Amino acid sequence: MAQFFYHTLAGQIILMLLETLAVLVPLLIAVAYLTLMERKVMAAMQRRRGPNVNGPFGLLQAFADAIKMIMKETVIPAGANRALFLFAPFLTFSLAMLAWAVIPTGNGLAVADINVGILYLLAISSLGVYGILIAGWASNSRYAFLGGLRSAAQMVSYEVSIGLVIVSVLLAVGSLNLNDIVLAQRHIWFCVPMFPMFIVFFISALAETNRAPFDLPEGESELVAGFFVEYSSLAFGLFFLGEYANMILMSGMISILFLGGWLPPLGLAPFTWVPGPLWLIFKILFCLFVFIWVRATFPRFRYDQLMRLGWKVFLPLSLVWMIATAGFLMATGLLPQVGGVN
Amino acid sequence: MLAQVVFYVFAAVLLLSGVMVISVRNPVHAVLFLILAFFNAAGLFLIAGAEFLAMLLVIVYVGAVAVLFLFVVMMLDIDFTQLREGLQRNAPIGACVGAILFAELVMAVSNWTMAPAGAGGSVQAAPGLTNTAALGTLIYTHYVLLFQACGLVLLVAMIGAIVLTLRQTGSGRRQNIEKQHARTREDTLELVQLPLGENVLEQGGFLRPGTSYYEIAVPGSYGAAEQPKEAEKEETGA
Repeated sequence: MAQFFYHTLAGQIILMLLETLAVLVPLLIAVAYLTLMERKVMAAMQRRRGPNVNGPFGLLQAFADAIKMIMKETVIPAGANRALFLFAPFLTFSLAMLAWAVIPTGNGLAVADINVGILYLLAISSLGVYGILIAGWASNSRYAFLGGLRSAAQMVSYEVSIGLVIVSVLLAVGSLNLNDIVLAQRHIWFCVPMFPMFIVFFISALAETNRAPFDLPEGESELVAGFFVEYSSLAFGLFFLGEYANMILMSGMISILFLGGWLPPLGLAPFTWVPGPLWLIFKILFCLFVFIWVRATFPRFRYDQLMRLGWKVFLPLSLVWMIATAGFLMATGLLPQVGGVN
Repeated sequence: MLAQVVFYVFAAVLLLSGVMVISVRNPVHAVLFLILAFFNAAGLFLIAGAEFLAMLLVIVYVGAVAVLFLFVVMMLDIDFTQLREGLQRNAPIGACVGAILFAELVMAVSNWTMAPAGAGGSVQAAPGLTNTAALGTLIYTHYVLLFQACGLVLLVAMIGAIVLTLRQTGSGRRQNIEKQHARTREDTLELVQLPLGENVLEQGGFLRPGTSYYEIAVPGSYGAAEQPKEAEKEETGA
């Protein structure tokens, strides 16, 4: 049996498909329940009950929403570019799924444990802007186009600071492999020595996923619903799922870069009994809770404030921090050597 | 076997999308095909084992350069009939340039070998390094000055772009956050102690000491709303 799976082409392809399913199925269920979690948490913060009709504690609400979404009619605007209009939501959704190939859920436990894992994540998340830009253009609507343009500028701006924060982390790790990044945090999680960068990365992640308070691309008070104003039914659903999958992905990145990935908080007995993937899930859930908390708390940024924060605050701060990190590591001789962990 | 199939898929899509870039009418579609071409080139890098270059190609070209490119093209207001007119006139020049480039490419590639001086001077990467580490040592150790010079050229280009688009300050309304934060209560707010109700009675008794806030906030709103009801009752009663 093992012979078949590891040494024949058909076996390898079957194995690959199974691995992919093992990541995608839990992810899709997680996305469905994240929508429920968001509504429940925000309801609790606003002293409401939230969805509580479908199933116990409203647990079937996610499926009710999905069925409603699928049963609706797909409307394509008259002047729209049909192919691109339908392509955009698929792109957004599939990119959000693709990135999960490299996220390690345990020691070496990833679909693809590649050497440039963090660059792969950066590349995939920088592609996310296309789904929004194409959707905005193909809809042939002023609101959608404005939303798309805002989003492009916003995501490109915040990618710069995300990149620099990642560089500071990589300086301390000495490897681009996500597994090595987690293992380098055995002694102390990076959120402790690099706390300011942790905050910068978190806020940039909010901007990168177009979440409140940076949800200007869909700012409903001025752009109706921004880039997906013309979308309905399943196409809208795919955007929706893509946004939530991106949130989970960004939370995963934060957990891996700053919160020690699958590592327990202390290497002691009661903590080490809990398996690694569960720790990662706890950390992702924590980040998602903060995402929702921020949404329930802060008003939306104005556009010029958003740009100022990205370029005039985060960019200089992360640049200075990067140089300071490099200097500190050089001075104390802690700079990791080529090809090794720590 | 699998790698070969994947190579041919990537290469075929790359060539096809390259052709589509110059043949499609719609400039936005052209840019999107260009992005597809970049993407497939990254795939080819991956197959060749240059994973760092592949990721860099996607991050820099697809993730940043092409986004701005698409941004600009989407904003352009292009008249397609004008483009067709230009095609007739410029076709001979284009064909000439294309033919010369093609001929040069054939001459250069058909008998290309590395010069002996260059071949001897190339730096060999230490075995066992990942290609990220090998590239790092090459660029930051052996060719650091050239690398810095490239960076300076890009810096000059950046500054040039900023200078070209810089508008004089004073146009438009700008928010000065420091000024807003530096405002204190003393600068903006003046509290005056006035005896309650003084000087107001002449205007119709707006502030009436001894009555509640809600009654005086909107003059006549409470009393006026209730009084007609009573009046109606009396009328119906009568």
